[in-house]
Amino acid sequence: MAGAITLPLHMQRDRYDPPVRMAELRERPGLEAITTPLGLRAHLATRYEDVREVLGDAERFSSAGMPALPGAEPDQRVGNLLALDPPDHTRLRRLLTGEFTVRRIRRLQPRIEQIVTEHLDAMEQAGPPADLVERFALPIPSLVICELLGVPYADRGDFHRRAAIQLDLTRPLAERGAIAAESRAYMGTLVDRATADPGEDLLGMLVREHGGELSRAELIGVASLLLIAGHETTANMLALGTLALLEHPDQATALREDPTVTAPAVEELMRFLSVVHSGMPRRVTRDTEVGGTPLRAGEFVVVSLPAADRDRALVEDPERLDVGRAAAPHVAFGHGVHHCLGAPLARMEMATAFPALLRRFPSLAVAGEPEFRSAAVVYGLRHLPVTW
Amino acid sequence: MKIRADRDVCIGAGNCVLAAENVFDQDDDAIVVVLQETPEGADAEAARNAVGSCPSGALSIEET
Repeated sequence: MAGAITLPLHMQRDRYDPPVRMAELRERPGLEAITTPLGLRAHLATRYEDVREVLGDAERFSSAGMPALPGAEPDQRVGNLLALDPPDHTRLRRLLTGEFTVRRIRRLQPRIEQIVTEHLDAMEQAGPPADLVERFALPIPSLVICELLGVPYADRGDFHRRAAIQLDLTRPLAERGAIAAESRAYMGTLVDRATADPGEDLLGMLVREHGGELSRAELIGVASLLLIAGHETTANMLALGTLALLEHPDQATALREDPTVTAPAVEELMRFLSVVHSGMPRRVTRDTEVGGTPLRAGEFVVVSLPAADRDRALVEDPERLDVGRAAAPHVAFGHGVHHCLGAPLARMEMATAFPALLRRFPSLAVAGEPEFRSAAVVYGLRHLPVTW
Repeated sequence: MKIRADRDVCIGAGNCVLAAENVFDQDDDAIVVVLQETPEGADAEAARNAVGSCPSGALSIEET
């Protein structure tokens, strides 16, 4: 366990909630000055409108300008969609979007249902108590993304460990850099295997259909991002979402009993929990202004997704979890050209997993202190002890 | 109302299809396809939500 660090405002949480200070900042004009864990001085946007403005304008607010991590290998960001601007970003993203259409993801539904059922069966057989993260929240999205991408599920122990360290901001930079290099080396072996013998999975498709236009480093970068984004985000939503439902039993009952609540409930849990704190800091490309604060070219802006999603400009009574409310256009999946590529998949996984879990174990209850993780790129739970 | 979709701006997030399935679809590359340019009633309401949740700004409504 790494030592405690003082977290910047945009990464602080009180269980499900952004800190009270976020609400104060939303109410007054201008952006707040903060320092990121990497020592980058930035302006913090907290209002829904300001956050959408920054994320929605890749020309004024670039994702490509982050200083390189000390000691990082030159290839580290190649193929990482999060750190690219249009048109490079557009070219790479469009090679992938076809795999994540609503129609393609619906075709995966029977398989996702089967995976959820198998994990519930295993949990039931083993009997209570259980760590919901270990038995349910983490393995389900991991298996789904492994099958989709073409990553051997047997390797999950290693890639789970690496992902947790890469996203853990309390770890020394040198360690995170070394682990990132290890991840790329691992993905390199899978890319080489797919290049020699492309399968029916996403890696095989990329090699077969776009092998000529993508470098090996780009293939590694894209696949590494999809693997990590494909399991860490949904896993934390499933774990933290389950805890939120168990602590709001009327909401859990609504989701368990009324299938029409499922789709809006997923959006409401996304809004309420907004597990990704902020995404990439954006570099200001020309002198401009946001929310009344003048910004100079070269400065950085960080957006708080949970603060924006608790803005009264988005929904009434934003501090209340209400799975019955109409789906709101939240920014938990981001906004603008970097909006989550896997959103249709994540929604399908959550819409399948939450109701199935609640129906299988109607007496599901928290059986110990959940372990929150805040100092990570994705907020959530390390452990969630449950019984039934 | 008339729906406008800029297929060069679209990033294929699919939010519009989820919000208004009768009005929007995606082609094989996930880029938006407008099924009804002038939706009415419940479809018009859903289309407004879809435009509001479009992350890329590819969708707009022209009031007629």
